[in-house]
Amino acid sequence: MTVETSEKLALRPKGTVVLEARGITKRYGQVTALDRADLELRAGEVLAVVGDNGAGKSTLIKVLCGAVVPDEGQVLLDGQPVHFRSPLDARKLGIETVYQDLAVAPALDIATNLFLGRELRRQGPLGTWLRLLDKGRMRREAQHEMDQLKFHLPAIDSAVEKLSGGQRQGVAVARAAIFARRLVIMDEPTAALGVRESGQVLNLIRTIRDRGLAVILISHDMPHVFEVADRIQIMRLGRRAALTSPQKHTMSEVVAIMTGAARGDDAVEANGSA
Amino acid sequence: MSVSSTPASKRAVGGFGRLILTPTFGPLIVLIVFCAVFSLATKTFFAAGNLSLVVQQSVIVGTLAIGQTMIILTAGIDLANGGIAVLGTIVAGRLVAEQQNPVFSLLLALIICTSIGLASGLLVSRLMLPPFIVTLGLLGIVTAITRLTAQGGAFPVTDDLLSWPGNAFNVGDTSITYGMLVMFGLYGLVWYLLTQTAWGRHVYAIGNNREAARLVGIPVQARLLSVYTFAGLLYGIGAWLALGRIPNADPNALQNANLDSITAVVIGGTSLFGGRGSLWGTLIGTLIVSVLRNGLTLTGIDPLWQDLITGILVISAVALDQISRRKQR
Repeated sequence: MTVETSEKLALRPKGTVVLEARGITKRYGQVTALDRADLELRAGEVLAVVGDNGAGKSTLIKVLCGAVVPDEGQVLLDGQPVHFRSPLDARKLGIETVYQDLAVAPALDIATNLFLGRELRRQGPLGTWLRLLDKGRMRREAQHEMDQLKFHLPAIDSAVEKLSGGQRQGVAVARAAIFARRLVIMDEPTAALGVRESGQVLNLIRTIRDRGLAVILISHDMPHVFEVADRIQIMRLGRRAALTSPQKHTMSEVVAIMTGAARGDDAVEANGSA
Repeated sequence: MSVSSTPASKRAVGGFGRLILTPTFGPLIVLIVFCAVFSLATKTFFAAGNLSLVVQQSVIVGTLAIGQTMIILTAGIDLANGGIAVLGTIVAGRLVAEQQNPVFSLLLALIICTSIGLASGLLVSRLMLPPFIVTLGLLGIVTAITRLTAQGGAFPVTDDLLSWPGNAFNVGDTSITYGMLVMFGLYGLVWYLLTQTAWGRHVYAIGNNREAARLVGIPVQARLLSVYTFAGLLYGIGAWLALGRIPNADPNALQNANLDSITAVVIGGTSLFGGRGSLWGTLIGTLIVSVLRNGLTLTGIDPLWQDLITGILVISAVALDQISRRKQR
C-alpha cells in the first residue's frame, strides 16, 4: 500500500525511450479527436506538447494518464504494451499527473497534502491494527523531498492556503515528483500563475528532469515552452504535425506549424536536443 | 500533537502559538467565561451534582453532534439526525413493550438507524444529491415512519438494558452515568479516527476540495458512504442514551435535536463549508449550550435569554469562520 519514497525511482538511463504511443485514435461520435497520433518520450527530457484548441493534445494526454481509453493504437511503457482503464492504473505504473487548477486541499498542511491518498502508517501493530498514521515520518520525508527539489516553502506543517499560488502549484508538482517512478504529465501547470510564480514552477520542472524523470508539459504559453522544453511536439488535426526543439525552430515558426500556416514535417529528427 | 521533530523540519509555530491558533481555543474561552460567570452569580452552579447534571443534559445532543461534525467536515449537513434517533427509541421501546428480547430490540434499533445513515450516504455519494435536501426529505420520511410505528402512543421503558445509560455511580460527590462514559468514549474514538488515521485526513480533504481529493486517488464515494453510515450508527447509540436519560420512548421527543447538534458544531468552531474544524470543538460547543441553559435557569433569568444568547453565539462563530476564510484568499 505505502510507497517507499526512498526506493521509488525505476529510472532508465537518460535518453532511453520511456513511453511510446503509436497510432492512437479516439473518436467522439462524428468528431475524431485523435487521428493516428504518435508520441515518444525519453528519460531525462521535457517534451512539450503544443497545439491549437481542438488539435488533440488534451485527448492525447488523457490517453497517456489513463483518463481516456483510445479506440485504436498502442501505448508502450518501457517497451511493454499497457492498457490503462483508469488514472489509477497509470499511477500504479509510475505515471503522475499535475493539473492546472491547483489540486490541493487548502486547509491541510504541506506534508499532509504531499502524502494525501498515500499516507504512511506506523510500523507494527499500531499501523496494521489501529491504522495509526506516522505523521513524524511523513513530515520528515516531505521536508527531505522539498530540500532535494530545492523548492523553498514555509514550514512543512503550514496550511497550504497560507502559500502563494506558485508555492501551491509547487506542492502539487512536488507530490507528482515524489511518487512518479517513470514520468510526470503536467497539464498547463502555469496557467493559473503570475510571472514570478511561473518561474518557480518552471525551475521545479527542470529539477525533476535533471533527476532523470521524463516530463510531458502541455502548455499554451510559448515562452514557457521554449524556456524548459528539450523537444517540442506540435499537434494539429489530431496528429503529430512536427517534432522539433527550441534550437531548430523559433517561436513564430512553431506557431505557424500549429495553425497550419507552415507545413510541419513529422520526420524531423530531434536527436540534437539539449 | 506529535513532538518528534528533527532539526531539519521546521515547525510553523511553537506550542503556545499552536494552542491559540487551534480553532478550539475560542470556544474553550467562551465555555470557561460562562462557567466563571455562573459560578460567581450563583452558589449552586459550581457544585458537583449540578456539573454532573450539565453533562447529563448534553449527552444526547452531544452524541448526535459527533455524527453531525463528521458530515459537516465533508461539507455536508444532516437535518435528520434527531428524527433518526427518535425512530430508534420508538423501535426499541415498542418491541420491548411487546415482550421482545431487549438485546434483539436494541440491536434492531441500531441496525435501522445505521441503515438510514447508509441510505442518505448512498443518495449523497452515488446520486450526488445535496445533503441538505437528502436529509430534509429523510427527516420527513423518518418522522412519518416514527409516528406510524408509535401508533399515537409513547412507550415507557422499564427494561434494564435500554435504560442502562441512565444508571450512575459516584466518584466522590460526583454522579457519573454510563451514558456520559459512552459519549466521552465515542468522542475519543472518533477523534482518533479523524486525526490519527488516513480515513480522517480523507474526510477533511473531501470537505476542503472534493475534486482535489478525487484527483489524488481518494475513493471519495466510499469515504462519504462510510461517514453517513457511521453517523447513522452514532444516532442509534444516541437513541439508546436518550432512553437512559428519559426512560420513555416518545415520538414527540428531540424535536430540535437536529438544529441543536448543528448549533453545537458551529459554536465549536467547525466550518459549515467543510474541511475545517475539530471534534473537541463540538464537545465544547455542546457544553456551552448546556451550561448556558443550566446557568440561566439557576440564576432565575428568563430562559428565553438562552435562545437569544445561543443565536448570537452561532452568528458570531459563523462570522469568525467566514472572516478567517476570506483572509486566506
